[in-house]
Amino acid sequence: MKDTMTLIPLLIVLGAIGIPVLVYAALGVGEGILRTFPPVLRRSARPWVWLSLPILLIVLILLYPVIDTIRTSFKNARVDDWVGLDNYLWAFSGTMLEVIGNNVLWLIAFPLCVVVLALITAVLFDKVKYEPFAVTIAVLPTAISFTAGAVIWGQMYSFQPAGMAQFGTINGFLSLFGIKPVAWLIEPVINNFALIFIAVWLQLGIATLILSSAIKNVGDDMVEAARLDGAGDFRVFFSIILPNILPSVLVVLTTMIIAALKVFDIVYVMTNGNFGTDVIANRLYYELFAMNNLGHASAIAVVLLITALPVALINIHQFRTEAGK
Amino acid sequence: MTMTDTTMPASAPFKRQRKLPRLSRFVVHGVVVLFMASWLLPILALLVSSFRRQADTAASGWWWAFLRPNFTMQNYTLALDQLDIAGSLTTSVAIALPTTIITVLLSLIGAYALVRMQFRGRMALSLALVALLVTPPQITLVPLLKLYYTFGISGTIPGIWLYQVGFTLPFGVFLLRGFIASIPAELYEAAELDGASQLRIFRSVVMPLARPIMASLGLMAFLWSWNDLLTPLLFMGGSSHAAPVTVNLAGLANQTSQGQGPLMAATFLSVIIPLFLIVALQRYFVRGILGGAVKG
Amino acid sequence: MSQVQLRDVTKTYGGNQIIHGVSVQIEDGEFVVLVGPSGCGKSTLLRMIAGLEDICGGEVQIGTRVVNDVLAKDRDIAMVFQSYALYPHMTVADNMAFSLKLKGMPKAERAKKVHKAADILGLGPLLDRYPRQMSGGQRQRVAMGRAIVRDPQVFLFDEPLSNLDAKLRVEMRTEIKALQHRLQTTTIYVTHDQIEAMTMADKIVVMRAGVVEQCDTPLNIYDHPDNMFVAAFIGSPSMNFVEGKIVMQGGKPTFASHDGVILPLSEDVQVKDGQPVVYGFRPEHIQLAGSDGIETRISVVEPTGSETMVFMEMGQSSITGVFRERVLEADGAPLFVRPDPARVHLFDPITTKCLG
Repeated sequence: MKDTMTLIPLLIVLGAIGIPVLVYAALGVGEGILRTFPPVLRRSARPWVWLSLPILLIVLILLYPVIDTIRTSFKNARVDDWVGLDNYLWAFSGTMLEVIGNNVLWLIAFPLCVVVLALITAVLFDKVKYEPFAVTIAVLPTAISFTAGAVIWGQMYSFQPAGMAQFGTINGFLSLFGIKPVAWLIEPVINNFALIFIAVWLQLGIATLILSSAIKNVGDDMVEAARLDGAGDFRVFFSIILPNILPSVLVVLTTMIIAALKVFDIVYVMTNGNFGTDVIANRLYYELFAMNNLGHASAIAVVLLITALPVALINIHQFRTEAGK
Repeated sequence: MTMTDTTMPASAPFKRQRKLPRLSRFVVHGVVVLFMASWLLPILALLVSSFRRQADTAASGWWWAFLRPNFTMQNYTLALDQLDIAGSLTTSVAIALPTTIITVLLSLIGAYALVRMQFRGRMALSLALVALLVTPPQITLVPLLKLYYTFGISGTIPGIWLYQVGFTLPFGVFLLRGFIASIPAELYEAAELDGASQLRIFRSVVMPLARPIMASLGLMAFLWSWNDLLTPLLFMGGSSHAAPVTVNLAGLANQTSQGQGPLMAATFLSVIIPLFLIVALQRYFVRGILGGAVKG
Repeated sequence: MSQVQLRDVTKTYGGNQIIHGVSVQIEDGEFVVLVGPSGCGKSTLLRMIAGLEDICGGEVQIGTRVVNDVLAKDRDIAMVFQSYALYPHMTVADNMAFSLKLKGMPKAERAKKVHKAADILGLGPLLDRYPRQMSGGQRQRVAMGRAIVRDPQVFLFDEPLSNLDAKLRVEMRTEIKALQHRLQTTTIYVTHDQIEAMTMADKIVVMRAGVVEQCDTPLNIYDHPDNMFVAAFIGSPSMNFVEGKIVMQGGKPTFASHDGVILPLSEDVQVKDGQPVVYGFRPEHIQLAGSDGIETRISVVEPTGSETMVFMEMGQSSITGVFRERVLEADGAPLFVRPDPARVHLFDPITTKCLG
């Protein structure tokens, strides 16, 4: 204990000051070596000197593991024999179907819910004078970890059988009107939406920020012209604002789809996948640590990656068109 | 005639925030205020619960605290001492602070080289970065766990830096790349003619100019690192350090023996730093979100 | 201070040759303007001299040194950019002192040099300001100050005035020229504005499509353009061209356009009967004439007060005239004019080269 307490400040200094200084010094050494090169070679070698560390890290932490995982996904639990597509057949059968079903629910409900709510908040915030304050409140939860969010919402969703005093915020509120308490985290299907809403609460701020800046970028002239043409508020929104902010809506959608794909913390903390709420990422953790089945875990991970692939392709396409301009 | 024409307000331009009819104005304010209240409510509930006595928490909902105020610091003492939240917070700082600084520096180096240097494969590299933006972290776990065990960095804090920096780099390079590309080329050329070396241009021109966007990236990297559960859960096993705050919280949430009060206090302690940062640095946060979002 | 020589300099970009063997000799202390339409390669050539672009072929020599393989920072040149390229995060004084600081000059000496340059440019009270707090003209001065403090062998200017409004542009034009006279530093100045070229240069290099079309003093270029491109490019409004051929009338040469308009020539031109030529004359070299002149039809009259610009139809060609006199006739009315035969230029229609 004492040992770690003296070690930690040292580690902070090493990591926050020592390593950056070392990185900069390494660049200096690299530039020094480049100086001995002839000019043409110097220029072609320089990018690689500068990019070597970032590339090395990305290859080590992202590229190599992805390739290795794909390989492992065709092997058995202990990774000592090839099993062909067995792991994938398993991944799309039995209990996994429910897990995948839940992920599909997350993939659809979560981004949709965020986009709709963010559109509403962005439009309404735009009409009030205290917009900055409202935005700050919407943004607050984005600073909170999914773990802490889960604890916070544990209290919101807390449930006691009907007839007992309700400690949970929502059930307590419902009991005011004599509505029977709901077992938010246990009742099938409802519990999935309850979990999804936690993620919405945590992530909505990002979407609101993106959309409200997009709405402010819609030219005043265009809105005014529509008003002069006799368009009402709804008409202006659906015919002028929405088509113009569509790219930003797409950005929000893709960001949230990726978030939905990776969702782990909330499920792990709140239900640990019980009561029919399991998702791929949590199942992967389970396969890895409870079952020690590396083949299954890898196959699940590859399924996640493949699901994310369309978004990656959209991003690449967008990047290319932008770079081509 | 002309006098009346010019004084008539009828031709005043339509304003963006056109005066709404009284009823719809009322509805708009109502909805916005309701939204703000409900978004704040969970945090308020957390804060109130964390100051309630064990007995009260076990007997009634948190809102009773307003009717029968009876607050205590006991939960915080418990959380800090028995649940080792103090140690957890220290570990989290030891993870998040270096991760943030190293991420920002390496992203800036990568982005500068990618934008300002001409070389074969530049486009391919940029595209690879964009593609890697969406990699789910789960796919990297199995091989990296093996690798970490082989090199004996499993359970160490620098091991977490390594993972988090590597994982955040594509986004960091991507975010800063857009900014650096927006600095006019003539500025770099002027510095070159003034006699500055590449490293000097990087330090004396790029770094000072990129300070705001570096703050944006830094804030986001810090929040990600601080809030990350999966990485430390997997890679900090068997460590002699106190568990990072997310791991500690997740453990506490799954066992009910401690009671709600200390858990709430622990949770509130874990969100103080991020909440403070996001309120204090909100404009950098906005910039980071928009800078990262608009481009992809 | 020193001379600059370009010897057969070439530049190729991804298979396209954009500079085709340019050779120019720039004397010590000379003010040379590279002028041409956009895309003619003048900026690229300047950047090659600066060391910001590779030299693919030929040699660039500054002073006694061939600098092809010398880094930009070691060429001892200073450049003023079109956007000024001031460091936004540094004060005016720091902007000007940056290069000196990199050279390792002591602080006191740096301050002295900066103050001296600031005095020359009238920037004294602005030294602690940041670029964003200054007007375009002031920024332009700081950019020049940054060049001056270095006391380089050569000043390079890349369209430095094109971001200023018209009035300020005229002012700065005079100021830059006066400054160069005072410092006597060899200067290479790139612009697309032929008036800037005419008013500032000791020597003009007219470029088109990566080739030097003509290189001479401003008045020589104006009076004796080598070819139709230079003739049209230099001078505003542009030179009038009429296509036709030489007709000998009683041993004296005259010009007959394809549509039958007869125009005068001076007697000493060396041409043959029936030779096809392009007849060129500047708008300011036509006079109003009586009914014995050449008949044209007025399209548009643009009075500027001091003179009158008239666009008219002569046969089937459109020509422009600038007259000291006021022209009060209505559009569509006939106007009789006569080009001054002594100031007529004849060009070969195929090679576009000037004939004698």
